[in-house]
Amino acid sequence: MFASFMIHAWEAATVVAVVAGLVGFFTVLRGAAFAAHALPNGAFAGAAGAVLLGASTLAGLGVFSVAGAGMIAGLGRRARSDVATALTIVLMLALGDLFLSRTSEYAPEIFALLFGEVLAVSTGELWPTVAIAVVCIVAVVVLYRPLMLSSVSPDVAEARGVNPRVMDLAFLVIVALVTTMAVPVVGSLLIFSLLIGPPAVARSFTNRPSAAMGLSMLFALVTVWAAIAVSYETNLPIGFFVGAIGALSYTVGRGWTAWHDRRMGPGKRGERDVLDASRRHGGAF
Amino acid sequence: MLSVSWSPLFEPGFFSSGPVHVALAVGAISAAVSGVVGVFTVVRGQSFAGHALSDIGTAGGSAAVLVGASTLYGFVAFNLVAAAVMELIGIRRPRGRDLATGIVLGASLGLAALFLYEDTVASSTTGATVNVLFGSIFTLPPGITTVMAVLGAASVAVIALLYRPLLLSSVSYELAAARRVPVRLVGAGYLLAVALAVSMSAVTIGAILSTALLIGPAAIALRLASRTGVAIAVAVVVGVVACWLGTLLAYDSTVWSGGNGWPVSFCIVAVIFALYFASGVVSWSRSNLGRTAPGRRRHPVEPVEVG
Repeated sequence: MFASFMIHAWEAATVVAVVAGLVGFFTVLRGAAFAAHALPNGAFAGAAGAVLLGASTLAGLGVFSVAGAGMIAGLGRRARSDVATALTIVLMLALGDLFLSRTSEYAPEIFALLFGEVLAVSTGELWPTVAIAVVCIVAVVVLYRPLMLSSVSPDVAEARGVNPRVMDLAFLVIVALVTTMAVPVVGSLLIFSLLIGPPAVARSFTNRPSAAMGLSMLFALVTVWAAIAVSYETNLPIGFFVGAIGALSYTVGRGWTAWHDRRMGPGKRGERDVLDASRRHGGAF
Repeated sequence: MLSVSWSPLFEPGFFSSGPVHVALAVGAISAAVSGVVGVFTVVRGQSFAGHALSDIGTAGGSAAVLVGASTLYGFVAFNLVAAAVMELIGIRRPRGRDLATGIVLGASLGLAALFLYEDTVASSTTGATVNVLFGSIFTLPPGITTVMAVLGAASVAVIALLYRPLLLSSVSYELAAARRVPVRLVGAGYLLAVALAVSMSAVTIGAILSTALLIGPAAIALRLASRTGVAIAVAVVVGVVACWLGTLLAYDSTVWSGGNGWPVSFCIVAVIFALYFASGVVSWSRSNLGRTAPGRRRHPVEPVEVG
């Protein structure tokens, strides 16, 4: 399991998990699950376009996911954000389909981009992943306060001079960077599961943002490590285990919240939404 | 005379080709049903669920390939279960609801990865993968239209049956609940209709077009029409027109691009985007050039975002 050809897989997965756990916290907080699905999924068009032009896959993914982020934010000015996101993913996928139809060499790689090929990560692929991961973490740290404020309460944020639209775009660009970093190594399905599952579970257990962020990264690491280990033993796709562990731990988290609320007294019974619960507790999020 | 004037528009064989007939019929059924269901999807802010179901069905489709059953039934069965689970998790706030959708989607895509992997192992080709993921409008068997018509009718029937309570609970959940509308039940019924509509379109015209036809025409219609009934009619017309124009464009493109035609999905999406921006111009000029009285709501059926 720790043979030399597996080392890069462990390293890449660890880097991706840490970043996904951190950015995922804000994804869940902002209710941006659809964008977290749309950007990684639609970015495959960039990879297809890159093959067509003979450019690097990473550049194609980067250009397309950042453009997608801009489009979601741009269309979101005139339409509801879920409609804007749906239109964006549809256009990206359709362009991907067009690019694929222009070349005959690409088709088998669809599976790899969607479901990842973490076992085939090379040293050359690892460095860009680490570099973009650092950029993502720095961006989150620098934008921490305004991002937090605009996620929790857009009105208060605006009153304090934070433009929610700018923060929206900034956040989507961060998700686009995570996409660019993660899709070549773990695939779009896996990065989506990691952006949603671990932070959702983390929020079931704590209302403190810093604790939730730490837990989220921890859960993401455990999820990925367990998925690689079990996948290695059973010879089944990693994506399956990441999705399954995500759903399972979410169920456990929801169960724990329900049990906890019930124990806290009748006043809290029936409070099933984590977000509502955290608001009622007067917490920072 | 007629054939002379039309020939630059319709390449030879467009009206006599069997696959084109099937494609036009299947596209029209999908577009019409998606238009009806889609208006409520946009009003309820459930685009994510609408799109997710087209991906979730992939797991059912790939499982069906594995056991040798029809992909369509795999899609339908899996989507109905997924819709039930989404509703069972039962979070009403948009943020939490999208999260629940995301968890179900993540788990289903995991299953899809597993089944597709097994399919690939079993048949040692990636053909099944590509077919299940993208669908193909020009390679459908003729009998498919009947099955689709039945599924589509079922989906529209559910919407028709729930029309008033669904509309009320979509515009204002609290008001509907106060008037003793069984909001959870109505929401579940609505998701059932979406699951039927999305599975039948995803399996025939692909996941891309399934979402495009569910959200695009409805979003266009809601920019133009102020009454829900009118919006539904506009969405159906826009959907069918976009579908047919796109199919024609794809068919004709084989000529100007030297035999290697443009994909239907891209052509239909391009038409939808053109119409979307045109509708934006229309609604902008209406509100800014004084054709509607000031204060009149431009998006009357869109509910106010709660929280």
